[in-house]
Amino acid sequence: MDKSGEAYWKAVLTLIAQVLAVWFFVSFGCGILFADALNSFSIGGYPLGFWFAQQGSMYCFVIMIFVYAKLMGNLDEKFDVHED
Amino acid sequence: MTLQTMTYLVVGATFALYIGIAIWARAGSTSEFYVAGGGVHPVMNGMATGADWMSAASFISMAGLISNMGYGGGLFLMGWTGGYVLLAMLLAPYLRKFGKFTVPQFIGDRFYSKAASCVAVMCLLAASLTYIIGQMTGVGVAFSRFLGVSNSTGVFIGMGIVFMYAVFGGMKGITYTQVAQYCVLILAYTIPAIFISMTLTGNPLPQLGLGGDFVGTDMTLLGKLDQVVTDLGFPQYTTMTRISTLNMFVYTMSLMIGTAGLPHVIMRFFTVPKVKDARMSAGWALVFIAILYTTAPAVAAMARLNLHASVNSAVKKDFATDELRNAAMFATESSIRYDERPAWMKRWETTGLLKFEDKNGDGRIQYYNDKNTPAGAEAAGWKGSELKVNQDIMVLANPEIAKLPNWVIALVAAGGLAAALSTAAGLLLAISSAISHDLFKNIFMPDMSEKNELLTGKIAMACSIVVAGYLGLNPPDFAAGTVAIAFGLAASSIFPALMMGIFNKKMNKEGAMAGMLAGLGVTMLYVFAHKGIFFIKGTDFLGVFGGKPNFFLGIEPNAFGAIGALVNFFVAYVVSKITPECPEHIQHMVENVRTPRGAKAVDGTHAH
Repeated sequence: MDKSGEAYWKAVLTLIAQVLAVWFFVSFGCGILFADALNSFSIGGYPLGFWFAQQGSMYCFVIMIFVYAKLMGNLDEKFDVHED
Repeated sequence: MTLQTMTYLVVGATFALYIGIAIWARAGSTSEFYVAGGGVHPVMNGMATGADWMSAASFISMAGLISNMGYGGGLFLMGWTGGYVLLAMLLAPYLRKFGKFTVPQFIGDRFYSKAASCVAVMCLLAASLTYIIGQMTGVGVAFSRFLGVSNSTGVFIGMGIVFMYAVFGGMKGITYTQVAQYCVLILAYTIPAIFISMTLTGNPLPQLGLGGDFVGTDMTLLGKLDQVVTDLGFPQYTTMTRISTLNMFVYTMSLMIGTAGLPHVIMRFFTVPKVKDARMSAGWALVFIAILYTTAPAVAAMARLNLHASVNSAVKKDFATDELRNAAMFATESSIRYDERPAWMKRWETTGLLKFEDKNGDGRIQYYNDKNTPAGAEAAGWKGSELKVNQDIMVLANPEIAKLPNWVIALVAAGGLAAALSTAAGLLLAISSAISHDLFKNIFMPDMSEKNELLTGKIAMACSIVVAGYLGLNPPDFAAGTVAIAFGLAASSIFPALMMGIFNKKMNKEGAMAGMLAGLGVTMLYVFAHKGIFFIKGTDFLGVFGGKPNFFLGIEPNAFGAIGALVNFFVAYVVSKITPECPEHIQHMVENVRTPRGAKAVDGTHAH
């Protein structure tokens, strides 16, 4: 497989784009743009849109960073650019 | 023991703890484990970053603002946490690989120009100074309440203490002191929240309690709150948007990218041992920040309910029908008598941050939305809302309103001060290193002695405190609002420059500088038009733009940073296309920054 710097950078950008898509969806999507529509559902006593804006998006952010860190670590090893 | 004595005792004890740890860690620094690489665990580092990051805006001010803004307040929550995702993915690992210590250094090297570094210092100063104004506002609120003085005196005392704290700077650099500060801060925030959540919903976890049922009824807490506020003429809590969906979107974006552009936060990631750690540190920092941030909306909603309940005895009662409830809410005897008001109101009246004016002369307190007077209020002869509560006092007053024990109230005081002081000190250090090192030493006076460099830094700190304190007396907004403006300035100037420096290897110095100046310029113009030139009262010039506030698509000045960032990206792109291309060796350097391997260990003993 292609282990060049360019291929690595392309893989990194793809990963970043994927995580950013989730990031955008949970906060700007569920928390703001579709909040009104989601409020007709409820979760744990919260209207769902309100929950995303004041609770849910933050839980997702935390998970996202750890998932990203793990996947980036894998990419680094796969392309043999990891430290030591 | 009186509340006053208790407060002195708890605040004094926490300060003794910080100083004690500082001395212990310094003594230990000669010992082997410290010299052996200092390997601070990423979890500890995350806590320390949390303490650095969570300021008076997060601790003292934010929940009060959410309590007033309802659903719309979510923009602070999403904005100030979502930025960490950007920081972890887009900036932290690459800046770490680059191996510089400050933002102006990175900009100066990447854009091969001292002028670019100068522009970065300017942007950094604009954002950091505005940020400190917000801290001063918060410190003023805290001190005025705990010393029982006016708000202005509180700001002056705060200036003195911040100055001593920052100049005593040794405490700042030590991770374990900050870990202690984080612990004090988070306990102070969550303990009252747990108490209140237990009382109102029977659920000890505020994050779940906020969704829980209101004790003694089959209504949810949020449902009850919605009912109470709409009865009193306020917009519905769970659906009230901040001005418009577009404004809320832009505001959230501005805070997110501002987070990833603030110098004192970024600096923390320069010194982690490895690139891998830079990614993880951001994650751990966010874990510890999220503990406070997911508690804040519960504090906000519950404080709002308790505030209404403490002036209107019908609020917490359960009624069979809407008619009965409405009749009770507006019944004369439901509003409490002013001379029987709770002790916390008297205490806050001293500070001038809570005011009562008996508009209908009945000796009772009516608190409602008089811009949308409910029918019942009119019929009951209410002549306007009689209580003015500064939103910044909500968190500090919250345990008093909920009648919690004195030690909890004292602990909240200590937490608020820890939050404000640790952040103010971090920002002042960023300012002093930018001026003394990045500006004077590197550009104007390369042969300056180390002693003079240190002196310049201290003078810069003192000036910043005086300027920020003066502006903090008449702040442009509530503490969190002012801090939001600071984020906007960072978002419009520093974040795009860093992004393009890493992700666009062809970006040249002309483009980057033009972008930063345009982004910062347009944001400042919009903010100053609303809030006065350099936030000085009476110098606002909205008239030039037709006199209508939020004239650009209805976006408020606090949210304008995201628009400024767009301008920055656009101008930088256009200018870079019509000016000489970025030199070959810089492009190679950028390519090198993109891979983790070969990151040099950055030793912690840099020049300042």
